[in-house]
Amino acid sequence: MTNGPLLQVEHLTVSFDDFKAIDDLSLTLEPQSVRVLIGPNGAGKSTLLDAIIGRVRPSAGRIVLRGTDITRMPAHRIVRAGICRKFQTPGLLDSLTVYENLALADARGRGWRAALRTRPTRDQQVRTEQILQLTGLTAERHRPAGRLAHGQKQWLEIGMVVASDAELLLLDEPAAGMSHGEREQTADLVQRLTTRHSVLVIDHDMAFVERLRAPVSVLHMGRLLKEGTLQEVRQDPQVRAVYLGRADELECDCA
Amino acid sequence: MPRREFLVHLLVLGVLALGPWWLSPYNLSLLGRFLAMSILALGLTVVWGWGGFLSLGQGVFFGLGGYALAMNLKLAGLAPGDLPDFMVWSGLDHLPWWWAPFRHPVVALAAVVLVPAAVAGLFAWLVFHRRVRGVYFALLTQAFALALATLLISQQAYTGGFNGLTDYGPLFGVHLTDASAQTTLYAVTLGALCACYGLATWLSRSHFGRLLVAIRDGENRVRCLGYDTVPYKVAAFALAGAFAGVAGALFAAQVGVISPAMVGVVPSIEMLIWVAVGGRESLAGAVLGCLLVNFGKDWVSSAMPSVWLFVMGGLFIVVVTVLPQGIGGLLARRSAPGPAADAAPMTPEPAGP
Ligand SMILES: Nc1ncnc2c1ncn2[C@@H]1O[C@H](COP(=O)(O)OP(=O)(O)OP(=O)(O)O)[C@@H](O)[C@H]1O
Ligand SMILES: [Mg+2]
Repeated sequence: MTNGPLLQVEHLTVSFDDFKAIDDLSLTLEPQSVRVLIGPNGAGKSTLLDAIIGRVRPSAGRIVLRGTDITRMPAHRIVRAGICRKFQTPGLLDSLTVYENLALADARGRGWRAALRTRPTRDQQVRTEQILQLTGLTAERHRPAGRLAHGQKQWLEIGMVVASDAELLLLDEPAAGMSHGEREQTADLVQRLTTRHSVLVIDHDMAFVERLRAPVSVLHMGRLLKEGTLQEVRQDPQVRAVYLGRADELECDCA
Repeated sequence: MPRREFLVHLLVLGVLALGPWWLSPYNLSLLGRFLAMSILALGLTVVWGWGGFLSLGQGVFFGLGGYALAMNLKLAGLAPGDLPDFMVWSGLDHLPWWWAPFRHPVVALAAVVLVPAAVAGLFAWLVFHRRVRGVYFALLTQAFALALATLLISQQAYTGGFNGLTDYGPLFGVHLTDASAQTTLYAVTLGALCACYGLATWLSRSHFGRLLVAIRDGENRVRCLGYDTVPYKVAAFALAGAFAGVAGALFAAQVGVISPAMVGVVPSIEMLIWVAVGGRESLAGAVLGCLLVNFGKDWVSSAMPSVWLFVMGGLFIVVVTVLPQGIGGLLARRSAPGPAADAAPMTPEPAGP
């Protein structure tokens, strides 16, 4: 089993009424891999992640994680099976502190024994400290999550996904709304995650994508348009057509 | 608990404990029953204040606890083979089988906690399991309260009907109407309140307490972190049910009656108002709100009996519009060091070591 693919999305269709947000899409992720998903607004990127984590139910197709069909599993069991997702708009628990948010996300907090503890175990503390460091939020640990700056919120979200100990992390626009410098930091952060996790990243920003140096899949109208390196994808006439007049989005002003 | 807060709690406890020495018997009896009711209010803080699910049916669990004890008190002191008075009036000739276990005071006392907890837990599980939330949950709890009150009234022969259960025999051989028994009941009530307060405080610091708040703020988010939220919500609701049951039993023992009038929709809404006035997130606020509203109710109804419902409605509007955090929120704003953190510069940390 360890040799098979990590995640297989097979002929997936997600419909909202008559509209197919995902249309017969297939995608395979290998273990220990990084994949970038790009595509114009409304291409279905977030919807694909919704389907993978059990937030929307596909009307056809299968999602298989390491040989187990997770298509109809409840959301919390999918996380336990090994997939955790960062949402496009940060969904932090605003009234809890940074530390509490991370502690909550910690996989070791699940179950009744953990629920009745008033302080985290040594193990949990060490792990949470690591993630605070990783995300650069050590100084903000006692601040309510709702009061963080935008970029910090995104990092905290990434930290929470990491804390879940899932093998596969799905990051929906982790660098959205960030300054240039913050984006570079975020790209480095994501890069560092890849040593322990497989990562699927959605983003619009080509400089960010370039920095990740990972294979790219282009989604358009719920279908997979092209897979390849960023260079290949960029030069592809079909992809350029999809981005229509906004083909400059595919250029990278930093290069 | 910070030292100062702890001392304030200790001081208040001292003043309450000395109640029998500084209060008139009438006021002591009022305080005793209001303290009993405030145990229920603590449960509402847990489920509504922290967990965010509004129960409009807490009277159900109050009633179950009250009836469980009252059934024992009705049977106590009867000769073997004799029936409680209202059963005789209704023409029953033998004790219904489900009444029999309540002959034993220990069974009845256990039922005071366990029956409401089990019923609350089962109800919550059925409802939450189907992903019913928010307003729909509140409406179901209200329907439950209405149903139980109606059932109690209609089953006159088994429940005492509209008048409920009153005119009690002794508990462990002691007549509850004796003056000394009333003082003992007051002490027991205060003890129970302290125990429940302690339990709830501990809960608020546990991971479970934090999870409840997280579920209130973003249940889907919590689910997407790998938690099944249903068991936590069920456990919280069962706990609140147990608290309400204890409150109901202590109330029935002190007042000498439990009836459908304390179970239905209106009393259940009144219970919410105690907590809303006190501040739904604060345990101290729940107790304070319960005492304030109920002493206010006693005072208003004796001065102008017909006015109380209007005062209650007005109170609710004021709390919802002007003071959404209740008195507890007001106090917290005073004592807590303001949101100074907002003024701190937000220097972006480098991501990573
Ligand atoms: N719950 C829903 N009900 C109806 N339509 C939806 C729903 N969710 C998404 N859609 C539609 O599905 C399409 C794909 O949306 P999705 O959010 O997946 O796009 P995206 O690729 O993530 O875009 P963006 O880059 O703007 O985030 C859009 O046309 C959107 O309007
Ligand atoms: Mg999206």
